[in-house]
Amino acid sequence: MSLAVALGEGGGPPPAASRPTRTRGHRPLLLPGLAYLALFFVAPVAVLLATSLYVPVPGGDVGQYQPALHGQNYVDALAKFWPQLVRSFGFALMATLAALAIGYPMAYAIAVRARGRRLLQGLLLVLVVAPFFTSFILRTIAWKQILADDSFVVAALHWLHLLPPGGRLTATPFAVVCGLTYNFLPFMVLPIYASLERLDPRMLEAGADLYASPFTTFRTVTLPLSMPGVVGGTLLTFIPASGDYVNSSLLGNNTNTSMIGQVIDARFFKVLDYPTAAALSVVLMVAILVLVGSYVRRSGTEELL
Amino acid sequence: MTTTVPARHTTTPAPAGAALEVAGVTKRFGAFVAVDDLTLTVPSGSFFALLGPSGCGKTTTLRMVAGLEQPTVGSISIGGRDVTGARAHQRPVNTVFQSYALFPHLTVAENVGFGLRRRRVADVAARVAEGLDLVELGHLADRRPALLSGGQQQRVALARALVNRPALLLLDEPLGALDLKLRRQMQLELKRIQTEVGLTFVHVTHDQEEAMTMADTVAVMNKGQIEQMGAPAELYEHPRTAFVANFLGRSNLVPGTVVERLDGDLLGVDVGGVRVRVPAARAVRAEGAVLVGARPEKMRLLAEGEEPAATENAVGPGTVVDVSFTGVSTQYEVRVPGLGTFGVFAQNLSGRAGAAPGDQVRLAWAVDFTFGLDGRDDAAEGVADLDLEP
Repeated sequence: MSLAVALGEGGGPPPAASRPTRTRGHRPLLLPGLAYLALFFVAPVAVLLATSLYVPVPGGDVGQYQPALHGQNYVDALAKFWPQLVRSFGFALMATLAALAIGYPMAYAIAVRARGRRLLQGLLLVLVVAPFFTSFILRTIAWKQILADDSFVVAALHWLHLLPPGGRLTATPFAVVCGLTYNFLPFMVLPIYASLERLDPRMLEAGADLYASPFTTFRTVTLPLSMPGVVGGTLLTFIPASGDYVNSSLLGNNTNTSMIGQVIDARFFKVLDYPTAAALSVVLMVAILVLVGSYVRRSGTEELL
Repeated sequence: MTTTVPARHTTTPAPAGAALEVAGVTKRFGAFVAVDDLTLTVPSGSFFALLGPSGCGKTTTLRMVAGLEQPTVGSISIGGRDVTGARAHQRPVNTVFQSYALFPHLTVAENVGFGLRRRRVADVAARVAEGLDLVELGHLADRRPALLSGGQQQRVALARALVNRPALLLLDEPLGALDLKLRRQMQLELKRIQTEVGLTFVHVTHDQEEAMTMADTVAVMNKGQIEQMGAPAELYEHPRTAFVANFLGRSNLVPGTVVERLDGDLLGVDVGGVRVRVPAARAVRAEGAVLVGARPEKMRLLAEGEEPAATENAVGPGTVVDVSFTGVSTQYEVRVPGLGTFGVFAQNLSGRAGAAPGDQVRLAWAVDFTFGLDGRDDAAEGVADLDLEP
């Protein structure tokens, strides 16, 4: 929750420039955090970058590589796995949009409709977070059951003729996007909730007073004021969803649903093709940074970065 | 400040403000009756103030006029059109909110143009510029509201409502958040703008001085009902209830009993064994228990050995318990045994010191300035220092 709240903070005024600089004495307190970051983020990324340029040891065994500056690794990896990369972003985008469509009304109901009823709000928030009490893998396996060929969902869809005879849900892109949407929905709901919670109901009255119908008030007042939450939520959904490999391997698991995370996983642990795996990881990281950067810039909520 | 009656006004003629009629309106929140069978008429083009302590129902009344609340019973019409069921955005009314409620994500100009855009008015930019000129904030058009001072935000809120030329402009304690000096300035400013644009203003306030300074007509509200309504001077000089007498300015109220009717249409009233006279025309009731009232500035301290004039009532002697010199006047508190404490405001005409604490003095005031209220009223009602309220 604290993460959601922190991310939702984008709408606030920028920090005062004249903040007193009393930080000198507190600097040692930063050391554990800095050490942690250096050890578990900076160092691994450096190793990853180096690995992505390695070449196989001539005449060596499988999985034996030696340091080099072989940039061709990137070209080869992209040439081979660009469909999975594109698909990852496509699935992540679809899941993000679906989560937004489902999550915004949820957040609105909790923050605005249930305003003033603390007990109800608390209960609804617990329900949003409750899935986290069980493991990510278990929940995804449960979805596998729900979407299985002999499940009541599929039976009902057949009965309604929404699914053609012989049609199935598991092992389809639909199932993967469903899983991604479900798994990252709370990350969408919480930041939007935090934004809407702070929305002053008098703003809505001012909108109504100035001839805006309820829908227009939503479009011109509520939505813009909750944009920090929407941007935060979409980032928290899109970024992990595009790198996810659990949903695609458990709910998809055939050639037309595999995502880049799955490829990286396979390259690292099955094929032992470390340079390709590392190169794809770097590409994924850079691509996300570029996408997110331009998105945040366009949405006018730079404070989030 | 008076140079802003631009010719542009004539190109888009401002509609004269519309009259407001509230008929038999009651608003209940559960068991609580916020507004109780309220009926009032605000004539077109007037500056009307709803004055009362917080919780008296004045803001609820305003919100019902704006369409932000629906009356439980009764009807509301604006300019002769019944708007009782209409929603806020369908009413020809704009509000200046107490908190201003400016949109933080829009610039000052966008805030001011919000209502015009919703109604798809053609020359939004020109009207916005005109509105900002009126409140002299044209140079801040591109700022965000968060970067403005309280007084500037207040003026943006005013411009945002005024540019729409509403039939009725509602002001909900719009000056409450400003400091005293700025508030005085804005009071005059608002009055000027109202005269200039000729709209009907309905102003809600708990500040009696503000209401009297600005409004043509003041309605004093208490417990969901209107206690008394009239021109400020009328209310001040002829209060009809103890609440009005105490809430609007200050009054010395003493319980007494009407014992006789004298020549010249005067009532003879016994207050604690002293006989005072009250003009019958200024008395709410002509018999039984009454409250005899007089404003502190109408009273004077009698000099040692001085007798009251024939046209004066007198009480005392009493003890001066407090003297506060304010420059323009000196305020005395005089405790008269059996009658209570009287306030006396003596204008500083002579420059000499008057009585000192502990002195024994008699008090006198003109019979013509005496008023009589219903003796069943609580003499202390409305006394609390409501200016300290938020």
